Amino acid sequence: MNALDGNAIAGSLLDVFGAEMTTATGVCGSCGTSAPVAEFEVYLRAPGAVARCRSCRSVLMVLVTIRGLTCVDLRGLAALGLAPTSGG
Amino acid sequence: MTPISRGFRGRRDASADPSRVPPGQYVTGDFPVLSAGPTPHTQLADWSFAIQGEVDEPRTWTWDEFRALPSENLTTDIHCVTKWSKLDTVWTGASVDTLLDGVDTSAEYVTAWSDGGYTTNLPLEDLTGGRAWVAFAYDDEPLDPEHGGPARLLVPHLYFWKSAKWVRGLELKLEDEPGFWETYGYHNYGDPWREQRYWGD
Ligand SMILES: [Zn+2]
Repeated sequence: MNALDGNAIAGSLLDVFGAEMTTATGVCGSCGTSAPVAEFEVYLRAPGAVARCRSCRSVLMVLVTIRGLTCVDLRGLAALGLAPTSGG
Repeated sequence: MTPISRGFRGRRDASADPSRVPPGQYVTGDFPVLSAGPTPHTQLADWSFAIQGEVDEPRTWTWDEFRALPSENLTTDIHCVTKWSKLDTVWTGASVDTLLDGVDTSAEYVTAWSDGGYTTNLPLEDLTGGRAWVAFAYDDEPLDPEHGGPARLLVPHLYFWKSAKWVRGLELKLEDEPGFWETYGYHNYGDPWREQRYWGD
């Protein structure tokens, strides 16, 4: 089974953060690789969704939806920053 | 005549005995692949299985030693928390009773751990008494890596996330410690017949 990319969790992240997160930059807490959320490796076919670092495969984020409420754990991220938006 | 065609098995699934299907589950003829990470491809020469933690003496088996243990064939129903159930699945494995034979422990809890870092927790008593196996074959074929091969834990009376894929060992513990999905709100025990999907169920 092939992994998806961060666009697969765009909707859930938008619900939780109230912002478009795929262009945000995440820094892997294990290897330091910096990448846009859209480029994370995402595994959806589990009880929840797991986003991993494309370089070292460490778990960066875990998303679970329980009784309609989605929670995101940023356990493996050293940093997560929204990219500056262009203009107004 | 021993062979049973897949078509026959499929029709049986379609008209499944409702008493075999836990609440909120539907029966599938497929075997969906569930994974939280990349499929590890551990070479058998590098594979080992360990019993460790609160034990008189840690035990390990190489692949060949593990395969030399007595194994059992079993046909059982499996239930995934994502709501599919699959009936009459056919497995071969060594029972956890066999692996724990002669192990002296005061532990009451177990963390199963896998290649790729996955863990899940179970009470020790749920792994004993002929209710749990380390399975290495499915439908008389070596267990496919996508389904947890070379070997996975098989605990069919609990939701299937407890049946850790790519299992490499059991850590026996005095205290219970939530595993990967249990940490994120999935039920600590996971009995499908009591529909224990999430914490608080
Ligand atoms: Zn990394």
